[in-house]
Amino acid sequence: MNKVNKDNFKQDKYKYGFVTDIESEKIPKGLNEDVVKLISKKKEEPEWMLEWRLKAFERLQHMSPPKWVKAKFDDIDFQDLYYYASPKNFKEKPKSLDEVDPKLLETYEKLGIPLKEQKVLAGVAVDAVFDSVSVATTFKDKLDEIGVIFCPISEAVKNHPELVKKYLGSVIPITDHYYATLNSAVFSDGSFVYIPKGVKCPMELSTYFRINASETGQFERTLIIADEDSYVSYLEGCTAPMRDENQLHAANVELVALENAEIKYSTVQNWYPGDENGIGGIYNFVTKRGLCKGRNSKISWTQVETGSAITWKYPSCILKGDNSVGEFYSVAITNNFQQADTGTKMIHLGKNTKSRIISKGISAGKSSNTYRGLVNFHRKAKNAKNFTQCDSLLVGDKCSAHTIPLTENSSNDSSIEHEATTSKISDDQLFYVMQRGMTAEDAQGLIVNGFCKEVLQKLPMEFAVEAQKLVNISLEGSIG
Amino acid sequence: MLDIKNLNVSVEDNQILRDLSLKVGSGEVHAIMGPNGSGKSTIAHTLAGNPNYEIISGDVNFNDKDLLKMDPSERSLSGLFLAFQYPIELPGVTNASYLKQIVNVHRKHRGENPIEAGDFLKLLKEKSSCLNIPMDMHSRFVNAGFSGGEKKKNEVLQLDLLNPNLVIMDETDSGLDVDALKSTSEAVNQLRSSNRSFIIITHYLRLLEYIEPDFVHVFQDGSIIESGDKSLANRIDKEGYA
Repeated sequence: MNKVNKDNFKQDKYKYGFVTDIESEKIPKGLNEDVVKLISKKKEEPEWMLEWRLKAFERLQHMSPPKWVKAKFDDIDFQDLYYYASPKNFKEKPKSLDEVDPKLLETYEKLGIPLKEQKVLAGVAVDAVFDSVSVATTFKDKLDEIGVIFCPISEAVKNHPELVKKYLGSVIPITDHYYATLNSAVFSDGSFVYIPKGVKCPMELSTYFRINASETGQFERTLIIADEDSYVSYLEGCTAPMRDENQLHAANVELVALENAEIKYSTVQNWYPGDENGIGGIYNFVTKRGLCKGRNSKISWTQVETGSAITWKYPSCILKGDNSVGEFYSVAITNNFQQADTGTKMIHLGKNTKSRIISKGISAGKSSNTYRGLVNFHRKAKNAKNFTQCDSLLVGDKCSAHTIPLTENSSNDSSIEHEATTSKISDDQLFYVMQRGMTAEDAQGLIVNGFCKEVLQKLPMEFAVEAQKLVNISLEGSIG
Repeated sequence: MLDIKNLNVSVEDNQILRDLSLKVGSGEVHAIMGPNGSGKSTIAHTLAGNPNYEIISGDVNFNDKDLLKMDPSERSLSGLFLAFQYPIELPGVTNASYLKQIVNVHRKHRGENPIEAGDFLKLLKEKSSCLNIPMDMHSRFVNAGFSGGEKKKNEVLQLDLLNPNLVIMDETDSGLDVDALKSTSEAVNQLRSSNRSFIIITHYLRLLEYIEPDFVHVFQDGSIIESGDKSLANRIDKEGYA
């Protein structure tokens, strides 16, 4: 299709691929006990935190990276990575934005995340994480007034040890699996959120992760606790410079929802995907898990995954409280040589628990896109229900889509519904829309956005439009 | 307006159009009649730029531009509209949002601002009522699950919204019952003007009873074998194509 169109077609390069020219301070390469101790020291952590890390590190010595992912990549040399990088002379997070290095402010401005008070997005509080440190958090005072804690996890360790001790590792134990355990040993920064009883957080909370330094892994750790009868909507965004090396982002995200609480967690993941020949890009190996601990609690994951060379993640819900609800809405787009193996796990433990899974996979170029999901009904999960819908859209004929849904049912009065479709954007569709005046690119965008609209609509309004644009940009160059 | 000279076209290595020539002046309505399988739709798709149709030789001049050098969207923006015989389904894309987007693409091309949501709704209501299209059709996905009649009406609605100056209607009458044929033809007749030309491709006379053509061409084996006025259509209806 569109021999004629190739000429007008220009590929928008990855917009966020720039490097901030800022001197960074790294600790020596390699993974060993001294490195774990050094990270803990950099963060000025209390003794208990270091012990926790060392326990994880000790455990790691008996583990090896899992291999079952449907993605091909060379073994990672874990000794050849930097585990901590921060802007030079960054001893303590600046008290006010006036003290933040202008280069950092400029970086976030370029990424569309203005941090200065007069320019910030209305109604969205932002925590900006640059390599291994949080460089700024907006609207902190306003949130303090209503008792909402929103700060880098490194600050929470110092200022709210009782909460961190109680919940850190309570959803993802330090023994979970190789990457989760690695994260527990060397995690650097990420966000901490606590919503007190009865508080509906009035603004979107958001963390923007930026990898800048080369040969450096980012080990984000995020912990969100919604106390009884509370509500919070949280969004994370991620970008990284264009480099011909692969960089590792191994995050652990834990959510805890107590009785009647609701957490809505949205991700717009746009890590550098590598170039059109498959060189470079982020390895996004992430463990995200939410615990619906209390009755009637609800956790909803929405993800738009457009970046990374390899995406390997399953944001999951453990539905422990009776009547609790877990949701997973996902759009995963792969182009060129990108590989995605993503999905969710819904573990039904409580009675009357419900889960809903809507996954939209779009593959273009020579990419591979896999949905992998598990729905598990425990023996005690009476009257549990799941609905799963997995749709795949193929663009071109060199890509692939796979659906691997697993169900394990030990409860006798539960119900599972599963629907799956695979379709292809046809030349007829493109021609039809082009006959109405749209370019091939816009025609494709129209069709793709129609395909994943159901999920994009779940994003907070401020980000839905951005996500729609991102979907189109990610597929540029995939026709012709 | 449109000048087709010695056009030869093949589809998957089978030559369909053979030395086709046709001139269409401003405001004229031309009917092309022919038996099934004679390649009538090939004319429509070739003029609209469907990449599956390969030009072997020939020239097409459209408003002093070389039509064959333009891609399908440029042809549309230059004022060429094809009402499809088999309109394509776009699952997930609501009709209203699709219609608004195609209207805005044309506005942008003319250097106009995108249409306001309220103005668009007003326009859509007005145009839909002429065609007896219920507004709830616009909250459905484009052509998906539409009846044959709904699909054809949706084509004429798009034609009405985009204001083209050359309209090619490919078997628009097929799949329409008498009432729908009447309302659709009335809408088309309303759109006739001195600066809008039509090429109406049809197998039957019945559409031409509602939309009166200025010229009738009999199409067979890839080219026009006879041309005349409306009486030619009546004769073919009586005597058949043989």
